[in-house]
Amino acid sequence: MAAKKLNIKDKYRLLTRDLDWDFSYEDRKQAFPYEEFEGIKITDWNKWEDPFRLTMDSYWKYQAEKEKKLYAILDAFSQNNGHLNVVDPRYVNAVKIFLTGVSPLEYQAYQGFAHVGRQFGGVGARVACQMQSLDELRHVQTQIHAMSHYNKFFDGFQEFSHMHDRVWYLSVPRSFFCDARSAGPFEFMIAIGFSFEYVLTNLLFVPFMSGAAYNGDMATVTFGFSAQSDEARHMTLGLEVIKFLLEQHEDNVPIVQKWIDKWFWRGTRLLTIVAMMMDYMLPNKVMSWKEAWEVYFEEAGGALFKDLARYGIRMPKYAETIEKEKEHISHQAWWTFYTHGHAAGFHTWIPSDEELDWLSAQYPDTFDKYYRPLWDMAKEMEAKGERFYTSGLPQLCQTCQIPMLFTEMDNPNQNSMRDTVYQGERYHFCSDGCCDIFNDEPEKFVQAWLPVHQIFQGNCGGPDVGDILKDYYKMNIGHDNMDIKGSPDEARWNKWKGIA
Amino acid sequence: MTIEIKTAMLEPVRNTFAHIERRFGDKPATRYQEATYDVASEINFHYKPLWQPEFELNDKGRTAIVMKDWYAFKDPRQFYYGTYVQMRAKQQEVAESNYSFFEKRDLARLIPDTIQQKVIRLLVPLRHVEQAANLNNMYGSSLGYGTAITQALLYNGMDRLGNAQYLSRIGLILDGNSGDALAEAKRYWMDDAVWQGVRAYCEANICVEDWFESFVAQDVVLDGLIYELVYLQFDQWLADNGGQDFSMLTEFIQNWNKDTNRWVDAVVKIAVMESDANKQLLHQWVENWKGKAIEALAPLAQEMIGPDALNTAITALDTRLVKTGLLK
Repeated sequence: MAAKKLNIKDKYRLLTRDLDWDFSYEDRKQAFPYEEFEGIKITDWNKWEDPFRLTMDSYWKYQAEKEKKLYAILDAFSQNNGHLNVVDPRYVNAVKIFLTGVSPLEYQAYQGFAHVGRQFGGVGARVACQMQSLDELRHVQTQIHAMSHYNKFFDGFQEFSHMHDRVWYLSVPRSFFCDARSAGPFEFMIAIGFSFEYVLTNLLFVPFMSGAAYNGDMATVTFGFSAQSDEARHMTLGLEVIKFLLEQHEDNVPIVQKWIDKWFWRGTRLLTIVAMMMDYMLPNKVMSWKEAWEVYFEEAGGALFKDLARYGIRMPKYAETIEKEKEHISHQAWWTFYTHGHAAGFHTWIPSDEELDWLSAQYPDTFDKYYRPLWDMAKEMEAKGERFYTSGLPQLCQTCQIPMLFTEMDNPNQNSMRDTVYQGERYHFCSDGCCDIFNDEPEKFVQAWLPVHQIFQGNCGGPDVGDILKDYYKMNIGHDNMDIKGSPDEARWNKWKGIA
Repeated sequence: MTIEIKTAMLEPVRNTFAHIERRFGDKPATRYQEATYDVASEINFHYKPLWQPEFELNDKGRTAIVMKDWYAFKDPRQFYYGTYVQMRAKQQEVAESNYSFFEKRDLARLIPDTIQQKVIRLLVPLRHVEQAANLNNMYGSSLGYGTAITQALLYNGMDRLGNAQYLSRIGLILDGNSGDALAEAKRYWMDDAVWQGVRAYCEANICVEDWFESFVAQDVVLDGLIYELVYLQFDQWLADNGGQDFSMLTEFIQNWNKDTNRWVDAVVKIAVMESDANKQLLHQWVENWKGKAIEALAPLAQEMIGPDALNTAITALDTRLVKTGLLK
C-alpha cells in the first residue's frame, strides 16, 4: 500500500491524543478526581491545542544530544579548575543562592507537573505537562551537577537540600512553590505554567544565566544555554493553558484573573532576591534590576496583557505599586541581608566605591537619597572594626514570608505594614498585595511555617541563634556565614591566586 | 606507554554534598548519587494540599508499604535524567533504522493479510495498555516518596508513552498512514470481547489509590505477563507464521522490557526485604491482581497463541517473583 504522508498535527493526534478512551468499567471522575473543585469549567478537552508536538523518540534524541554536550563541558570545567575563572569570589555567592534557593524549586516543579500530568483529564494537556515534569527534573539534576564542583572549593553549598527545608530566607521561594503545588491543578498551571514560566521566568533565569556569563562562570552559563530550548517549550505551554481556560468558559475568566493577581504579586515578591543579586552580588553587572524589570516585565508583559484583554483579562492588581518598587527593593533586600549576614548561608559585603557610583547612576531618583547614607554608615562602622550585625530576628510577612523590609513606595522612610484579624488572631503583612492574598484564603495561609515564629516557639532547637544556625540549619558557622572579608572562601581564593 | 598530561591539582575542601557524605562517607560521589539522594523535601511544607488535606505535599503515608528509608530503592540501572535519555536515545536510533528499513522495503506486503489482521486486532490495541501504564507510573512519580523511586517511575511513565507511540506506528505502517488500522484497533479495544477483561483491569488500576499497589498491578503483574505472552511468545508465533519481520518493530519494546524488569524486580526485592509486613501486603496485592490479570488475559492468550500460552507466562512471572523473595 502506498503510504500517504501524514502532517505533524495528524500524526501527533494519532500518536498521542488518540491513546485515550472513554471508560466503561469505572467512573472516569474517580480516575481524574481533582478537575472540578476549583470551579473551572472545561467543556471540551479536545479543543486543547498541543503547544509542541514532540513524540518521545524525538524527545529522547534531542535531549540526549544536549546532555552529551553539557556534561562534556562540565567535565572539562572541573578538570581544569574552572572555578578559578570567575571574576571575583563574591560572585560565587550568587551561585549559592541559586543552588539553595532555586534548584529545589525545579524539583518542586517536577513534582507539580507530574501531578497535573497525571490528573488532567485531557490527554493533550497531560502529555505536555509530563514532558515539562521530566524537563524540570533535568534542570534540578543538571544544576546539582553543574554546581557540584563549586561545592568542592567553596563553603555554603554543602547542605543545600537540608537548608532549603528550614532556613528563614529560603522559606520565601519554598513556600511559593508549596503554595502552588498545594493548590488545585488549574491554579498550579496559572501560577507556575503561566505566571512564573511564561511571564516571570525571564526575570529569574535570564539574570542568573547572564550573570554567570558576565562573571566567568562557565558551568552555570552552559547549563543555562542547555536549558533554553526546554524553557521555550514551557513558555508555549503556559500560554496555551491560559488561552485554553479562557476560551473554555466565560465563568473561568474571574477565577483566572484572581489567580493572575495573586501569582503576580507573589512572583514579584519572590523576585526580590533576584533584584538584589543583580544589583549587588554580581561583580560584573549585566543590567540593573530596574532596567531588567522594564525590559522583561513592563514591555514584554505589557504586550501580553494587551493581547489577553480580548478575553476580559486586565493587568495584575497592584501593577502601579510594582512599578514603583523597582526603584527600591534590591537596596532594601541587600541591606537586610548585610545586617543579618551572620544568619545567612552565604557571604555579604559593602559595595565597593565604584559599585556605589554605579548604583547612583542606575537609580538617580532613589539611591543617593535613601540608600547611600546607609552604606556610608556601614563603611564607617567597618573602618572602626565594628562591622554591623543586627541582634534581632525579623518579623516575617504571613504570606510571602519575607522580613518586613519593604517601605511604603510613596514614602521610603516609612515601613510598610498591614495586618488583619482571623479567628481571633492577628496576622501581619508586608503589603496590601500579601494581605489581600491572605484574606482570600485565610485557612490556607494560617498554616504557613514561618521560620521566625517557629524559632520563638522553640521548634528549631536553640535557645541561641548560634545554636539554631549550627544545629537546626546545619550551617558551618564562621565558614558559610558572615562578611566575605575574613572568610575562608576569601582566604582560599587569595591563596589560589597568589594574593598576599 | 601512557602519557600523563600534567594538570594543576587543587586540594578540594570537601568531596561531595553533606547529605551524600552522611550516606556514603567522605569520598567523591557518583552523578547518580548527587542527582538522587535526599533531593526531595522532607519537612515544613507550609500548606496541606487542597486536593488531599489529609496528607502533606510529600507524604510517606500515601502507600501502605512502610520503609525506614525510601532511598533504599536504588535503581540498578542508575538512571538519572542524563543517563536515562542517553540510553533511550541510543535505543530509539536502532528502532528508527528498523522502522525505516521496514517501511522503505515495504515489508508489510510480504506478510499475509490474516497475519496483518491478527496484529491489528491483538497487538496494536496494546497501545492503550501502555497509555494506562503511563498514567499509573506518573501517579506513583507524583505521589510517591523519595527521588530514588519517583524518578524511576517518571522515566517509566514516559517510556510507556514512547511504547504506545511505537505500537501506534505499527498500525500506521499497516494502514498506509490513513489511521484506519488504529481506529479499527481501538474498536477492538472498546468492544471486542477478547479485550474487555484487560480494559476493565486497566480502568480499575487507574482508579487505585495506593500508588505502590498501582505499581504492583501494572509494572509487576500485568506487564510481567504481557511481556512473556506478547513480546516473547507471540513474537515467536509471528515468526513461525510468516510475520517474522514484525520483530523489527517490537524489538525496542522487547529490549526495553528486559532492561526495565531489572528495576521492577529490584523494587520488589527491596520492599520485601524491608519487613514481613511489606512482604505480606505485596503478596496479597500480587495474588489479587494476578488473579484478575489471568482472567483478563485468558481469551487474548488463547486467540494469540493457544491453550498453554498463559500458563507459560504465569510460570515465568512466578520465577521472577521467587527470585525477589516474594514467592517461595
